[in-house]
Amino acid sequence: MRLIMNRVFIVFSTFAALVGLIFLGWILFTLFSKGLQGLSFDVFTKDLIEGGLRNVIVGQIMMSGIATLIGIPVGILAGIYLQEYGANSRSTEFLRDLSDVMMSAPSIVVGTFVYAIIVVPTGHTSGWAGVLALFILMVPIIVRTTDDMLNLVPIELREAGIAIGASKYHVTMNIVVRYAKAGILTGILLAFARVVGETAPLIYTSGSSEFWSTDLTGTFPSLTVSIYNLATMPDDQMVQLGWTGAFLLTTMVLIINLLGRYASNKKRSK
Amino acid sequence: MKNMMEVKDLTFTYSGASEPSLKAISLPVEKNKVTALIGPSGCGKSTLLRGMNRIHDLYPGHRYEGAINLLNADEKAYTNILDIKKEAELIRLRQRVGMIFQKPTPFPMTIFENIAYGLRLSGVKKRTELQEVVEQSLRDAALWEEAKDRLSHDARGLSGGQQQRLCIARAIALKPEVILFDEPTSALDPISTLAIEEMISVLREQYSICIVTHNMQQAARISDYTGFMYLGEMIEFDQTDTIFMKPSQKQTEDYISGRFG
Repeated sequence: MRLIMNRVFIVFSTFAALVGLIFLGWILFTLFSKGLQGLSFDVFTKDLIEGGLRNVIVGQIMMSGIATLIGIPVGILAGIYLQEYGANSRSTEFLRDLSDVMMSAPSIVVGTFVYAIIVVPTGHTSGWAGVLALFILMVPIIVRTTDDMLNLVPIELREAGIAIGASKYHVTMNIVVRYAKAGILTGILLAFARVVGETAPLIYTSGSSEFWSTDLTGTFPSLTVSIYNLATMPDDQMVQLGWTGAFLLTTMVLIINLLGRYASNKKRSK
Repeated sequence: MKNMMEVKDLTFTYSGASEPSLKAISLPVEKNKVTALIGPSGCGKSTLLRGMNRIHDLYPGHRYEGAINLLNADEKAYTNILDIKKEAELIRLRQRVGMIFQKPTPFPMTIFENIAYGLRLSGVKKRTELQEVVEQSLRDAALWEEAKDRLSHDARGLSGGQQQRLCIARAIALKPEVILFDEPTSALDPISTLAIEEMISVLREQYSICIVTHNMQQAARISDYTGFMYLGEMIEFDQTDTIFMKPSQKQTEDYISGRFG
Protein backbone atom coordinates (compact mmCIF):
# COMPACT_ATOMS: atom_id res chain seq x y z
CA MET A 1 0.00 0.00 0.00
CA ARG A 2 2.77 2.37 0.94
CA LEU A 3 4.61 1.54 -2.27
CA ILE A 4 1.51 2.28 -4.32
CA MET A 5 1.03 5.62 -2.59
CA ASN A 6 4.66 6.39 -3.30
CA ARG A 7 4.27 5.67 -7.03
CA VAL A 8 1.00 7.57 -7.26
CA PHE A 9 2.63 10.53 -5.60
CA ILE A 10 5.60 10.46 -7.98
CA VAL A 11 3.29 10.24 -10.98
CA PHE A 12 1.17 13.16 -9.80
CA SER A 13 4.09 15.43 -8.98
CA THR A 14 5.82 14.61 -12.27
CA PHE A 15 2.59 15.36 -14.10
CA ALA A 16 2.20 18.68 -12.29
CA ALA A 17 5.77 19.65 -13.11
CA LEU A 18 5.19 18.74 -16.76
CA VAL A 19 2.03 20.87 -16.96
CA GLY A 20 4.01 23.85 -15.68
CA LEU A 21 6.86 23.23 -18.08
CA ILE A 22 4.57 22.66 -21.05
CA PHE A 23 2.96 26.06 -20.61
CA LEU A 24 6.32 27.75 -20.18
CA GLY A 25 7.64 26.05 -23.31
CA TRP A 26 4.45 26.84 -25.18
CA ILE A 27 4.65 30.54 -24.27
CA LEU A 28 8.30 30.76 -25.26
CA PHE A 29 7.71 28.83 -28.50
CA THR A 30 4.77 31.01 -29.54
CA LEU A 31 6.67 34.16 -28.66
CA PHE A 32 9.74 33.11 -30.56
CA SER A 33 7.95 31.89 -33.68
CA LYS A 34 5.57 34.87 -33.90
CA GLY A 35 8.08 37.42 -32.64
CA LEU A 36 10.95 36.39 -34.87
CA GLN A 37 8.79 36.68 -38.01
CA GLY A 38 8.53 40.41 -37.57
CA LEU A 39 12.09 40.96 -36.42
CA SER A 40 14.01 43.19 -38.76
CA PHE A 41 16.48 46.00 -38.65
CA ASP A 42 13.65 48.50 -38.99
CA VAL A 43 12.26 47.51 -35.61
CA PHE A 44 15.30 49.09 -33.95
CA THR A 45 15.76 52.10 -36.22
CA LYS A 46 12.21 53.33 -36.73
CA ASP A 47 9.78 54.76 -34.24
CA LEU A 48 6.34 53.36 -33.62
CA ILE A 49 4.70 55.85 -35.97
CA GLU A 50 6.84 54.49 -38.83
CA GLY A 51 6.25 50.85 -37.90
CA GLY A 52 9.30 50.28 -35.65
CA LEU A 53 9.80 50.01 -31.92
CA ARG A 54 12.83 52.22 -31.36
CA ASN A 55 11.15 54.95 -29.35
CA VAL A 56 9.18 52.61 -27.10
CA ILE A 57 12.17 50.40 -26.31
CA VAL A 58 14.29 53.42 -25.42
CA GLY A 59 11.39 54.88 -23.43
CA GLN A 60 10.85 51.70 -21.45
CA ILE A 61 14.54 51.36 -20.63
CA MET A 62 14.82 55.05 -19.72
CA MET A 63 11.92 54.93 -17.30
CA SER A 64 13.04 51.66 -15.70
CA GLY A 65 16.65 52.85 -15.64
CA ILE A 66 15.90 56.15 -13.95
CA ALA A 67 13.59 54.42 -11.46
CA THR A 68 16.46 52.02 -10.71
CA LEU A 69 19.03 54.79 -10.35
CA ILE A 70 16.85 56.53 -7.78
CA GLY A 71 15.73 53.25 -6.23
CA ILE A 72 19.25 51.86 -5.63
CA PRO A 73 20.44 54.41 -3.06
CA VAL A 74 17.06 54.63 -1.35
CA GLY A 75 16.61 50.86 -1.21
CA ILE A 76 20.16 50.06 -0.14
CA LEU A 77 20.25 52.75 2.54
CA ALA A 78 16.89 51.58 3.90
CA GLY A 79 18.14 47.97 3.92
CA ILE A 80 21.29 49.06 5.76
CA TYR A 81 19.16 50.90 8.30
CA LEU A 82 16.97 47.85 8.92
CA GLN A 83 19.89 45.46 9.37
CA GLU A 84 22.65 47.58 10.89
CA TYR A 85 21.10 50.45 12.78
CA GLY A 86 17.53 49.64 13.71
CA ALA A 87 18.32 46.24 15.17
CA ASN A 88 15.50 44.58 17.10
CA SER A 89 13.44 47.68 17.58
CA ARG A 90 9.72 47.55 17.04
CA SER A 91 9.75 50.16 14.31
CA THR A 92 12.28 48.06 12.38
CA GLU A 93 10.01 45.04 12.45
CA PHE A 94 7.13 47.24 11.33
CA LEU A 95 9.15 48.67 8.43
CA ARG A 96 10.25 45.18 7.43
CA ASP A 97 6.66 43.91 7.39
CA LEU A 98 5.59 47.00 5.51
CA SER A 99 8.14 46.46 2.75
CA ASP A 100 7.00 42.83 2.50
CA VAL A 101 3.44 44.03 2.01
CA MET A 102 4.61 46.58 -0.54
CA MET A 103 6.46 43.86 -2.43
CA SER A 104 3.23 42.01 -3.08
CA ALA A 105 1.14 45.11 -3.69
CA PRO A 106 -0.71 44.73 -7.02
CA SER A 107 1.04 46.92 -9.56
CA ILE A 108 -2.23 48.32 -10.88
CA VAL A 109 -2.88 49.76 -7.42
CA VAL A 110 0.46 51.55 -7.51
CA GLY A 111 -0.40 52.83 -11.00
CA THR A 112 -3.75 54.13 -9.81
CA PHE A 113 -2.12 55.80 -6.82
CA VAL A 114 0.40 57.66 -8.98
CA TYR A 115 -2.39 58.56 -11.38
CA ALA A 116 -4.24 60.16 -8.48
CA ILE A 117 -1.32 62.09 -7.04
CA ILE A 118 0.50 63.17 -10.23
CA VAL A 119 -1.47 62.67 -13.40
CA VAL A 120 -4.74 64.16 -12.13
CA PRO A 121 -3.18 67.32 -10.61
CA THR A 122 -0.91 67.96 -13.60
CA GLY A 123 -3.64 67.09 -16.05
CA HIS A 124 -1.61 64.81 -18.31
CA THR A 125 0.38 61.60 -18.35
CA SER A 126 4.16 61.95 -18.08
CA GLY A 127 7.40 59.99 -18.03
CA TRP A 128 8.10 61.10 -14.46
CA ALA A 129 4.79 59.67 -13.30
CA GLY A 130 5.82 56.37 -14.88
CA VAL A 131 9.23 56.56 -13.21
CA LEU A 132 7.60 57.19 -9.83
CA ALA A 133 5.28 54.19 -10.21
CA LEU A 134 8.18 51.89 -11.14
CA PHE A 135 10.28 53.35 -8.31
CA ILE A 136 7.54 52.57 -5.77
CA LEU A 137 7.38 49.01 -7.08
CA MET A 138 11.09 48.31 -6.98
CA VAL A 139 12.26 49.93 -3.74
CA PRO A 140 10.72 47.26 -1.46
CA ILE A 141 12.48 44.56 -3.50
CA ILE A 142 15.87 46.24 -3.11
CA VAL A 143 15.22 46.91 0.58
CA ARG A 144 14.41 43.28 1.29
CA THR A 145 17.30 41.79 -0.67
CA THR A 146 19.76 44.24 0.91
CA ASP A 147 18.33 43.44 4.33
CA ASP A 148 18.55 39.68 3.72
CA MET A 149 22.03 39.81 2.23
CA LEU A 150 23.42 41.92 5.08
CA ASN A 151 21.85 39.48 7.49
CA LEU A 152 24.09 36.75 6.03
CA VAL A 153 27.27 38.68 6.86
CA PRO A 154 28.88 36.96 9.87
CA ILE A 155 28.65 38.99 13.06
CA GLU A 156 32.33 38.22 13.72
CA LEU A 157 33.28 40.31 10.71
CA ARG A 158 31.60 43.36 12.21
CA GLU A 159 33.32 42.75 15.54
CA ALA A 160 36.67 42.32 13.83
CA GLY A 161 36.19 45.66 12.10
CA ILE A 162 35.34 47.38 15.37
CA ALA A 163 38.31 45.64 17.00
CA ILE A 164 40.83 47.26 14.66
CA GLY A 165 39.42 50.68 15.41
CA ALA A 166 36.89 51.19 12.64
CA SER A 167 33.77 53.17 13.40
CA LYS A 168 30.35 51.66 12.85
CA TYR A 169 30.01 53.69 9.65
CA HIS A 170 33.31 52.37 8.28
CA VAL A 171 32.51 48.79 9.24
CA THR A 172 29.15 49.05 7.49
CA MET A 173 30.32 50.68 4.30
CA ASN A 174 33.77 49.12 3.84
CA ILE A 175 33.30 45.64 5.24
CA VAL A 176 29.67 44.58 5.61
CA VAL A 177 28.29 46.03 2.37
CA ARG A 178 31.35 44.93 0.44
CA TYR A 179 30.93 41.39 1.73
CA ALA A 180 27.31 41.35 0.58
CA LYS A 181 27.99 43.16 -2.71
CA ALA A 182 27.21 40.30 -5.09
CA GLY A 183 23.94 39.51 -3.37
CA ILE A 184 22.85 43.13 -3.38
CA LEU A 185 23.72 43.42 -7.06
CA THR A 186 21.57 40.37 -7.78
CA GLY A 187 18.71 42.00 -5.93
CA ILE A 188 19.06 45.15 -8.02
CA LEU A 189 19.09 43.19 -11.27
CA LEU A 190 16.03 41.20 -10.26
CA ALA A 191 14.24 44.38 -9.21
CA PHE A 192 15.09 45.92 -12.59
CA ALA A 193 13.89 42.81 -14.41
CA ARG A 194 10.66 42.97 -12.45
CA VAL A 195 9.84 46.58 -13.31
CA VAL A 196 11.09 46.62 -16.88
CA GLY A 197 8.28 44.25 -17.86
CA GLU A 198 5.52 46.07 -15.97
CA THR A 199 2.47 47.33 -17.87
CA ALA A 200 -0.15 48.08 -15.25
CA PRO A 201 1.69 50.86 -13.42
CA LEU A 202 2.44 52.62 -16.71
CA ILE A 203 -0.95 52.51 -18.46
CA TYR A 204 -2.32 55.57 -16.65
CA THR A 205 0.91 57.18 -15.67
CA SER A 206 3.30 57.48 -18.59
CA GLY A 207 0.78 56.36 -21.19
CA SER A 208 2.57 55.62 -24.42
CA SER A 209 3.50 57.61 -27.45
CA GLU A 210 4.14 56.81 -31.08
CA PHE A 211 6.83 59.46 -31.38
CA TRP A 212 10.43 59.74 -30.27
CA SER A 213 10.71 61.52 -26.94
CA THR A 214 13.22 61.93 -24.18
CA ASP A 215 11.20 64.56 -22.38
CA LEU A 216 10.01 62.92 -19.19
CA THR A 217 7.60 65.78 -18.40
CA GLY A 218 5.29 64.71 -21.22
CA THR A 219 3.52 61.53 -22.26
CA PHE A 220 6.28 58.97 -22.69
CA PRO A 221 6.74 56.01 -25.06
CA SER A 222 6.48 52.64 -23.30
CA LEU A 223 7.10 49.23 -24.80
CA THR A 224 4.75 47.31 -22.53
CA VAL A 225 1.84 49.72 -22.94
CA SER A 226 2.46 49.75 -26.70
CA ILE A 227 2.35 45.93 -26.82
CA TYR A 228 -0.99 46.10 -25.06
CA ASN A 229 -2.27 48.70 -27.53
CA LEU A 230 -0.87 46.97 -30.63
CA ALA A 231 -2.32 43.61 -29.67
CA THR A 232 -5.86 45.00 -29.77
CA MET A 233 -5.50 46.72 -33.14
CA PRO A 234 -7.38 45.45 -36.19
CA ASP A 235 -4.36 45.78 -38.48
CA ASP A 236 -2.35 42.52 -38.82
CA GLN A 237 0.90 44.38 -39.27
CA MET A 238 0.35 46.18 -35.98
CA VAL A 239 -0.43 42.93 -34.20
CA GLN A 240 2.77 41.47 -35.65
CA LEU A 241 4.73 44.43 -34.24
CA GLY A 242 3.16 43.70 -30.86
CA TRP A 243 4.43 40.11 -31.02
CA THR A 244 7.91 41.34 -31.89
CA GLY A 245 7.80 43.72 -28.94
CA ALA A 246 6.70 40.94 -26.62
CA PHE A 247 9.52 38.75 -27.90
CA LEU A 248 12.12 41.49 -27.34
CA LEU A 249 10.79 42.23 -23.87
CA THR A 250 10.91 38.57 -22.87
CA THR A 251 14.43 38.19 -24.18
CA MET A 252 15.53 41.26 -22.24
CA VAL A 253 13.98 40.04 -18.97
CA LEU A 254 15.45 36.57 -19.49
CA ILE A 255 18.93 37.97 -20.02
CA ILE A 256 18.73 40.17 -16.92
CA ASN A 257 17.51 37.22 -14.85
CA LEU A 258 20.35 35.07 -16.11
CA LEU A 259 22.82 37.84 -15.28
CA GLY A 260 21.36 37.93 -11.78
CA ARG A 261 21.79 34.18 -11.47
CA TYR A 262 25.34 34.42 -12.72
CA ALA A 263 26.19 37.13 -10.20
CA SER A 264 24.82 35.14 -7.29
CA ASN A 265 26.47 31.91 -8.43
CA LYS A 266 29.80 33.64 -8.69
CA LYS A 267 29.39 34.78 -5.13
CA ARG A 268 28.59 31.31 -3.84
CA SER A 269 31.58 29.70 -5.51
CA LYS A 270 33.97 31.99 -3.64
CA MET B 1 54.64 49.46 36.62
CA LYS B 2 54.94 45.90 35.49
CA ASN B 3 51.27 45.44 34.67
CA MET B 4 50.04 46.60 31.29
CA MET B 5 46.41 46.11 32.23
CA GLU B 6 44.63 45.52 35.50
CA VAL B 7 41.09 44.32 35.83
CA LYS B 8 39.78 45.30 39.26
CA ASP B 9 36.58 43.95 40.80
CA LEU B 10 34.85 43.82 37.45
CA THR B 11 31.21 42.86 37.51
CA PHE B 12 29.59 42.60 34.12
CA THR B 13 25.91 42.07 33.32
CA TYR B 14 24.63 41.37 29.83
CA SER B 15 21.73 43.42 28.56
CA GLY B 16 18.47 41.98 29.86
CA ALA B 17 20.15 39.42 32.16
CA SER B 18 19.18 39.39 35.82
CA GLU B 19 22.43 37.83 37.05
CA PRO B 20 25.91 39.20 36.30
CA SER B 21 28.10 37.03 34.05
CA LEU B 22 31.29 38.21 35.73
CA LYS B 23 31.40 38.59 39.52
CA ALA B 24 34.05 40.88 41.00
CA ILE B 25 36.81 39.64 38.71
CA SER B 26 40.39 40.81 39.16
CA LEU B 27 43.15 40.02 36.70
CA PRO B 28 46.56 41.54 36.05
CA VAL B 29 48.04 41.41 32.53
CA GLU B 30 51.76 41.73 32.99
CA LYS B 31 53.84 43.57 30.43
CA ASN B 32 55.52 41.37 27.82
CA LYS B 33 54.04 38.22 29.29
CA VAL B 34 51.36 35.82 28.15
CA THR B 35 48.37 35.54 30.46
CA ALA B 36 45.99 32.65 29.78
CA LEU B 37 42.38 32.28 30.86
CA ILE B 38 41.01 28.76 31.18
CA GLY B 39 37.75 27.31 32.41
CA PRO B 40 34.74 25.34 31.20
CA SER B 41 32.35 26.74 28.58
CA GLY B 42 30.18 29.51 29.93
CA CYS B 43 32.55 30.41 32.76
CA GLY B 44 32.89 33.97 31.48
CA LYS B 45 36.44 33.94 30.13
CA SER B 46 35.48 35.28 26.69
CA THR B 47 33.12 37.77 28.30
CA LEU B 48 36.02 39.08 30.38
CA LEU B 49 38.33 39.30 27.36
CA ARG B 50 35.69 41.13 25.32
CA GLY B 51 35.40 43.68 28.11
CA MET B 52 39.09 44.51 27.88
CA ASN B 53 38.71 46.34 24.57
CA ARG B 54 35.04 47.12 25.21
CA ILE B 55 33.85 45.28 22.15
CA HIS B 56 30.72 44.53 24.19
CA ASP B 57 29.76 48.14 23.55
CA LEU B 58 28.82 47.18 19.99
CA TYR B 59 25.55 46.02 21.52
CA PRO B 60 23.71 48.43 23.78
CA GLY B 61 22.52 47.84 27.30
CA HIS B 62 25.37 45.89 28.94
CA ARG B 63 26.51 47.03 32.40
CA TYR B 64 30.06 47.25 33.75
CA GLU B 65 30.97 47.88 37.38
CA GLY B 66 34.51 48.06 38.74
CA ALA B 67 37.55 49.10 36.73
CA ILE B 68 39.73 47.98 33.86
CA ASN B 69 42.96 49.96 34.01
CA LEU B 70 45.25 50.41 31.04
CA LEU B 71 48.78 51.77 31.47
CA ASN B 72 49.17 55.20 29.88
CA ALA B 73 51.73 55.72 27.15
CA ASP B 74 54.05 57.56 29.59
CA GLU B 75 53.96 54.44 31.83
CA LYS B 76 53.36 56.55 34.91
CA ALA B 77 49.66 56.10 35.56
CA TYR B 78 46.65 54.08 34.57
CA THR B 79 43.43 55.09 32.84
CA ASN B 80 40.20 53.27 33.59
CA ILE B 81 38.91 52.30 30.15
CA LEU B 82 35.39 51.94 31.54
CA ASP B 83 35.31 55.74 31.86
CA ILE B 84 35.62 56.18 28.08
CA LYS B 85 32.45 57.64 26.62
CA LYS B 86 33.32 59.14 23.24
CA GLU B 87 33.48 56.94 20.16
CA ALA B 88 36.77 58.52 19.06
CA GLU B 89 38.40 57.43 22.32
CA LEU B 90 36.95 53.93 22.04
CA ILE B 91 38.49 53.71 18.59
CA ARG B 92 41.83 54.81 20.05
CA LEU B 93 41.44 52.17 22.78
CA ARG B 94 40.89 49.41 20.22
CA GLN B 95 43.97 50.50 18.33
CA ARG B 96 45.94 50.09 21.57
CA VAL B 97 44.25 46.82 22.57
CA GLY B 98 43.98 44.55 19.53
CA MET B 99 41.88 41.41 19.30
CA ILE B 100 42.02 38.10 17.43
CA PHE B 101 38.84 36.06 17.21
CA GLN B 102 38.03 32.37 17.24
CA LYS B 103 37.08 32.20 13.57
CA PRO B 104 39.43 33.88 11.12
CA THR B 105 37.78 37.09 9.93
CA PRO B 106 39.45 38.27 6.71
CA PHE B 107 37.75 41.39 5.36
CA PRO B 108 36.38 41.15 1.81
CA MET B 109 39.43 42.88 0.35
CA THR B 110 42.88 42.00 -0.91
CA ILE B 111 45.54 40.72 1.46
CA PHE B 112 47.32 44.07 1.27
CA GLU B 113 44.17 46.05 1.93
CA ASN B 114 43.22 43.85 4.87
CA ILE B 115 46.30 45.05 6.71
CA ALA B 116 46.39 48.57 5.30
CA TYR B 117 42.74 49.17 6.19
CA GLY B 118 43.30 49.73 9.92
CA LEU B 119 46.35 51.88 9.15
CA ARG B 120 44.41 54.06 6.76
CA LEU B 121 41.68 54.52 9.36
CA SER B 122 44.30 55.62 11.86
CA GLY B 123 45.49 58.26 9.42
CA VAL B 124 48.41 56.71 7.53
CA LYS B 125 48.20 57.88 3.94
CA LYS B 126 51.62 57.50 2.38
CA ARG B 127 51.86 54.53 0.06
CA THR B 128 55.49 53.76 0.95
CA GLU B 129 54.75 53.79 4.67
CA LEU B 130 51.75 51.50 4.13
CA GLN B 131 53.85 49.09 2.10
CA GLU B 132 56.57 49.02 4.75
CA VAL B 133 54.18 48.33 7.61
CA VAL B 134 52.25 45.71 5.64
CA GLU B 135 55.45 43.84 4.86
CA GLN B 136 56.77 44.06 8.41
CA SER B 137 53.44 42.91 9.88
CA LEU B 138 53.26 39.96 7.50
CA ARG B 139 56.82 39.02 8.39
CA ASP B 140 56.05 39.23 12.12
CA ALA B 141 52.99 37.06 11.56
CA ALA B 142 55.11 34.52 9.61
CA LEU B 143 52.97 34.95 6.52
CA TRP B 144 55.23 37.05 4.29
CA GLU B 145 56.83 34.17 2.40
CA GLU B 146 53.45 32.63 1.55
CA ALA B 147 51.67 35.88 0.77
CA LYS B 148 54.21 38.18 -0.83
CA ASP B 149 53.36 37.13 -4.38
CA ARG B 150 49.64 37.51 -3.98
CA LEU B 151 49.18 40.66 -1.96
CA SER B 152 46.62 41.87 -4.49
CA HIS B 153 44.52 38.69 -4.26
CA ASP B 154 41.34 38.40 -2.24
CA ALA B 155 42.24 37.46 1.33
CA ARG B 156 39.42 34.93 1.44
CA GLY B 157 41.44 32.71 -0.88
CA LEU B 158 43.92 31.95 1.92
CA SER B 159 43.64 28.78 4.01
CA GLY B 160 42.12 28.96 7.49
CA GLY B 161 45.49 29.00 9.23
CA GLN B 162 46.83 31.64 6.85
CA GLN B 163 43.70 33.74 7.36
CA GLN B 164 44.22 33.64 11.11
CA ARG B 165 47.83 34.74 10.71
CA LEU B 166 46.59 37.51 8.43
CA CYS B 167 44.27 38.64 11.22
CA ILE B 168 47.23 38.69 13.59
CA ALA B 169 49.25 40.71 11.06
CA ARG B 170 46.32 43.08 10.76
CA ALA B 171 46.24 43.56 14.52
CA ILE B 172 49.98 44.08 14.99
CA ALA B 173 50.17 46.51 12.06
CA LEU B 174 48.50 49.03 14.37
CA LYS B 175 51.31 48.60 16.93
CA PRO B 176 48.98 47.79 19.81
CA GLU B 177 50.23 47.49 23.38
CA VAL B 178 48.02 44.55 24.27
CA ILE B 179 46.72 41.74 22.05
CA LEU B 180 43.70 39.76 23.15
CA PHE B 181 43.31 36.27 21.68
CA ASP B 182 39.87 34.69 21.94
CA GLU B 183 40.41 30.96 21.34
CA PRO B 184 42.51 31.74 18.26
CA THR B 185 43.26 28.13 17.33
CA SER B 186 40.03 26.30 18.06
CA ALA B 187 39.01 26.41 14.38
CA LEU B 188 42.45 25.36 13.09
CA ASP B 189 44.26 22.10 12.41
CA PRO B 190 47.22 21.02 14.62
CA ILE B 191 49.89 22.35 12.24
CA SER B 192 48.32 25.79 11.97
CA THR B 193 47.79 25.72 15.73
CA LEU B 194 51.47 25.09 16.28
CA ALA B 195 52.39 27.97 13.95
CA ILE B 196 50.14 30.36 15.87
CA GLU B 197 51.49 29.19 19.22
CA GLU B 198 55.07 29.71 18.09
CA MET B 199 54.14 33.16 16.88
CA ILE B 200 52.58 34.06 20.23
CA SER B 201 55.77 33.18 22.06
CA VAL B 202 57.68 35.51 19.70
CA LEU B 203 55.09 38.29 19.89
CA ARG B 204 55.46 38.30 23.68
CA GLU B 205 58.76 40.15 23.31
CA GLN B 206 56.94 43.20 21.97
CA TYR B 207 53.39 42.93 23.22
CA SER B 208 51.46 42.04 26.31
CA ILE B 209 49.17 39.14 25.55
CA CYS B 210 46.00 37.78 27.08
CA ILE B 211 44.62 34.55 25.61
CA VAL B 212 41.43 32.62 26.23
CA THR B 213 41.76 28.93 25.44
CA HIS B 214 39.77 25.75 25.76
CA ASN B 215 42.92 23.76 25.44
CA MET B 216 44.71 23.35 28.76
CA GLN B 217 47.88 22.00 27.17
CA GLN B 218 47.99 25.15 25.09
CA ALA B 219 47.79 27.32 28.21
CA ALA B 220 50.52 25.26 29.82
CA ARG B 221 52.71 25.51 26.71
CA ILE B 222 52.56 29.18 25.94
CA SER B 223 51.54 31.19 28.98
CA ASP B 224 53.43 32.71 31.90
CA TYR B 225 50.36 33.24 34.05
CA THR B 226 47.06 31.40 34.10
CA GLY B 227 43.71 32.31 35.54
CA PHE B 228 41.11 29.62 36.14
CA MET B 229 37.53 30.84 35.91
CA TYR B 230 34.34 29.08 36.86
CA LEU B 231 30.75 30.36 36.81
CA GLY B 232 31.79 33.98 36.39
CA GLU B 233 34.36 33.97 39.17
CA MET B 234 38.13 33.96 39.13
CA ILE B 235 38.83 30.84 41.18
CA GLU B 236 42.59 31.01 41.05
CA PHE B 237 45.26 33.12 39.39
CA ASP B 238 48.97 32.33 39.55
CA GLN B 239 52.06 31.51 37.56
CA THR B 240 51.23 28.87 34.98
CA ASP B 241 53.58 26.31 36.52
CA THR B 242 51.95 26.70 39.90
CA ILE B 243 48.44 26.41 38.48
CA PHE B 244 49.26 23.18 36.69
CA MET B 245 51.59 21.63 39.25
CA LYS B 246 50.40 22.79 42.65
CA PRO B 247 47.02 24.48 42.40
CA SER B 248 45.81 25.77 45.71
CA GLN B 249 42.11 25.37 44.98
CA LYS B 250 40.34 22.04 44.80
CA GLN B 251 38.21 23.19 41.82
CA THR B 252 41.30 24.15 39.83
CA GLU B 253 42.86 20.78 40.47
CA ASP B 254 39.68 18.97 39.47
CA TYR B 255 39.45 20.96 36.24
CA ILE B 256 43.04 20.58 35.08
CA SER B 257 43.03 16.88 35.89
CA GLY B 258 39.93 16.52 33.74
CA ARG B 259 37.48 15.59 36.44
CA PHE B 260 34.91 18.12 35.27
CA GLY B 261 34.30 20.73 32.62
